[in-house]
Amino acid sequence: MNIAVAVDDEVRHEAQPSASEAGPAAKRIVVGYGFWVFLLSDIVMFAAIFAAYAVLAHATAGGPSGMQLFNQRSVAIETGCLLASSYTCGMMSLAISSRRYAVTYLAALITFVLGAAFLVLEVREFAGMIAIGAGPQRSAFLSAFFALVGCHGLHVTAGLVWLAVMMAQVAIKDFRPTVERRLLCFSLFWHALDIVWVWLFTVVYLMGVLS
Amino acid sequence: MTDTQYDRAPGDASALPDVEQGTSSGVLVYTIGLALAVGLTAMSFWVANTSLLWAGGVSLGLTVLAIAQMGIHLVFFLHVTTGPDNTNNVMALAFGVLIVGLVVVGSLLIMADLNDNMMPAAELMNLQMQR
Repeated sequence: MNIAVAVDDEVRHEAQPSASEAGPAAKRIVVGYGFWVFLLSDIVMFAAIFAAYAVLAHATAGGPSGMQLFNQRSVAIETGCLLASSYTCGMMSLAISSRRYAVTYLAALITFVLGAAFLVLEVREFAGMIAIGAGPQRSAFLSAFFALVGCHGLHVTAGLVWLAVMMAQVAIKDFRPTVERRLLCFSLFWHALDIVWVWLFTVVYLMGVLS
Repeated sequence: MTDTQYDRAPGDASALPDVEQGTSSGVLVYTIGLALAVGLTAMSFWVANTSLLWAGGVSLGLTVLAIAQMGIHLVFFLHVTTGPDNTNNVMALAFGVLIVGLVVVGSLLIMADLNDNMMPAAELMNLQMQR
């Protein structure tokens, strides 16, 4: 954050043994790193679907194109929901590390509601498109669109279920180390989903209305 | 907990749990991240809709804005930094970015090349690749 803290960190690191001499890392670090590697592999999977979408984006087979289908206002609201829920998820991690129950539950609730609002908007968008005959079977472009956006939506759904389960675990098991590690993994997952959405709204929605 | 903590888990704000940075500085980090992310998002939407900019450069500009916002998310939300305690996380991230780049750029290059070479028969390919 500032120079004083940075210098402070430096001194502490010099006093410590190097990573190889320090022995096995703490479990929290191993778990976090393992989940980080999983997230990166998940993002590689998204990259493959992104590549498929980018290749097929103009293959509309005479059907509706992105310019006709996409509603930028609802995309902007969805983006706002996801960004704000990422922020409240960060607030939740801070509340967990300082053991404040009320703030943890409140932040988790807001995160859940914002994530659910995102999903509702997305499902409404999908339903509207299918209702006017622009379902995934209409063209290669729409197949790729539903695969890509739907895959992100499924991840968000899984995240919401995970968050609900974690809050039940906090209520029943308290902040024991296993629960805390799972919460760390959840916040990583939620922030990573936001990064995927940044690319999604840029490549699919904003570039889609350009051409 | 004081002597052997060297690496940092991704998403952890501080490598040393005993250092009480206080919640307020954590809130500040997330708030700065949110403000920057909102600013970049708003700029992306403006760039996509404005007619003030040269149309040919808009998609490049959007890509740059998305990369910048990804960086903001990584630093302020996921706490991936360049510190010595973060080397493993950054190396894994670098490998992930390499694979993502290969998959996306490779697919786009190959398919664009294929389309160019198929041009004479474009009308035959109408159903698959209407451009």
